[in-house]
Amino acid sequence: MHIVVCIKQVPDSAQIRVHPVTNTIMRQGVPTIVNPYDLFALEEALRIKDQYGGRVTVLTMGPPMAEAALRKAISYGADDAVLVTDRVFAGSDTLATSFALASAIKQINKDMPVDLVFTGKQTIDGDTAQVGPGVAKRLDMQLLTYVSKIRSLDIENKEIVVERRSEGGVQVLKTKIPSLITVLEGNNEMRFATMANMFRAARYPVKIWNKDAAGIEDITKTGLKGSPTVVSKVFAPTPRAVKAEIIQCESNEPKDLSVTLLTKMFTKFPKIEKEISKRAA
Amino acid sequence: MVEKFDVIVVGAGPSGNSAALRLAQAGLSVLQLERGETSGSKNVQGAILYADALEKLIPDFREDAPLERHIIEQRMWVLDDDSYIGSHYRSDAFNKQPYNRYTMIRSQFDKWFSERVQKAGALVICETTVTNLLLDNQRVIGVQTDRQGGEIYADAVILADGVNSLLAKKAGFHPELQPKDVALAVKEIHFLPQELIEQRFNVKDDEGVVIEMVGKITKGMMGTGFLYTNRESVTIGVGCMLSDFKKQNTTPYALLEQMKAHPAIQPLIQGGEMKEYTAHLIPEGGYNAMPDLYGDGWMIVGDAGMFVNAVHREGSNLAMTTGMHAADTLIELRKEGKEFSKTNLKRYQSKLDESFVMKDLKKYKDMPDVFHTNPQFFNDYPEMLSKAARTMLTVDGVDKKTKEKEIRHDFRRRRSLFGLVGDAFKLWRAFE
Repeated sequence: MHIVVCIKQVPDSAQIRVHPVTNTIMRQGVPTIVNPYDLFALEEALRIKDQYGGRVTVLTMGPPMAEAALRKAISYGADDAVLVTDRVFAGSDTLATSFALASAIKQINKDMPVDLVFTGKQTIDGDTAQVGPGVAKRLDMQLLTYVSKIRSLDIENKEIVVERRSEGGVQVLKTKIPSLITVLEGNNEMRFATMANMFRAARYPVKIWNKDAAGIEDITKTGLKGSPTVVSKVFAPTPRAVKAEIIQCESNEPKDLSVTLLTKMFTKFPKIEKEISKRAA
Repeated sequence: MVEKFDVIVVGAGPSGNSAALRLAQAGLSVLQLERGETSGSKNVQGAILYADALEKLIPDFREDAPLERHIIEQRMWVLDDDSYIGSHYRSDAFNKQPYNRYTMIRSQFDKWFSERVQKAGALVICETTVTNLLLDNQRVIGVQTDRQGGEIYADAVILADGVNSLLAKKAGFHPELQPKDVALAVKEIHFLPQELIEQRFNVKDDEGVVIEMVGKITKGMMGTGFLYTNRESVTIGVGCMLSDFKKQNTTPYALLEQMKAHPAIQPLIQGGEMKEYTAHLIPEGGYNAMPDLYGDGWMIVGDAGMFVNAVHREGSNLAMTTGMHAADTLIELRKEGKEFSKTNLKRYQSKLDESFVMKDLKKYKDMPDVFHTNPQFFNDYPEMLSKAARTMLTVDGVDKKTKEKEIRHDFRRRRSLFGLVGDAFKLWRAFE
């Protein structure tokens, strides 16, 4: 069983600030983290490895500093890590990114056949949820999105049964592997790395692949050239002009509370009061 | 597999990074353990970088270290409720390279420092807390971490785990910290556009200003305030002794809020957006509060050893210097084929005694006691000075001789002649 987990290094959104003058995101000095959804995917992969044996390879595309995210994944117990990095990838949108990742996975597949590809359901910086499906399409793999649980894996018959959260309930789906699964948050918790794995991660030589190593020949499908999406403008939402207000009420009885609230509302919006009394009449 | 190193350094602040860098450069196998996510993620400092200490470790640090502004002007303010009296020293000599002092932002600086340490060959593992020292009789032989399979062995362990070193306390190397020996400092970083900072502080390019403050901003507590200019932000903070906060029943953030509202300070930070709020303990007990600094297989460096010169607001330079001396001691002993025993590690103490570190700390050893027992230095004198200046500068038809008399009278009324002479003597003794 060989599982490739695609991860992404993202800025810690809890610590992002918007430049008050230029309105652009200030990335300088903002700590980076592994996209939290990807950690759920990684943990799910590690659990399958614990149960059925095999190998977990983590893969990311990004700048050289993204190596730190891969090292972290190694500390949790991943076996191998590949960083796909090249100047030609700069400015990639989800289409170009899925192209590069799919190419890299084909290379990884040569080393040991890939049975499953896991991704988080989406990243917290892009929020598109498009890269996983894009990779599945390019690799011609079965695609299962929003998977909340992996129920069982039948290695002999090459079948996997998962739970998928959907509108109105949970679907239980069975499909053939190889397949690509995007994992939802919250159904598992990342393990605490052992000391031995911390040492392994600190010493592990991350595989750094440029476009050639990743098997990419057609560079028009990468970077800005291969990215039809154009972000024409980024702006911070204007703060609401109306300020919130805490309405004080001496009693805690529901009736008194509602009277206080309605009085306040009707004083501020007499039209509403008129309308209601008209209807009541 | 049992992991074994020549040296384990606990902590990745300035002292730990200095020690680890030096040891790795000399070819010893070094493991550095840090509980924070990265080097610097748990660290707090004003922060002023004194070039000298770092230059001894990394002569070319100016080439790529993340520095903010070099200091060309130092202001000392004594404040009462609505005024300040002070001195400014500005010199173009501070504008000649190599610069002597810089403002910096520690989270960025520490990350840079740690990269240097790793490049030198030390193995750095973060997010790992050392919970205990491994002992063989009295000898330290390694550490225990909070991770599964967390026992790691070494010939020597350098404790660079900061103020309130739980490790040293657990191992019985030093007693519980006393509230009178630690200050609690809070600071905020306010974002301001570069041009605005340059206008407000009368600087250009990467020139910077430091304002050190004493007086009523600390409400009679032993402490100081500060304001530093960074490239695109201003750092403002205040710190007082923990024992005083307890006695006065006040909180550090309340103190900082009042300080920020002071009419002399408010215009300097007006319009800024707060980017960062941090608080930290500073070991200010001085020479008299220092723990044992070495033993069989262990040494203490940096804040963990109370290496802070509270009078001159120096700490990180002492941390770097102690880290360097600890490392050098081990490097020398290894070369001479000697073991890291208590007797041999005494050399660390000698190195410190010969350096500015111990000389300065000894010089000011009585300072904490003097200020602890004489709150008038933080309350009465600022008011008296301010009033004297105001009296002299107000032109109101009263002749200057009468004004002088009035000032003398006020001083005597508040402190008595005996008190004034006594205070002068106390200060002289403490600074001598």
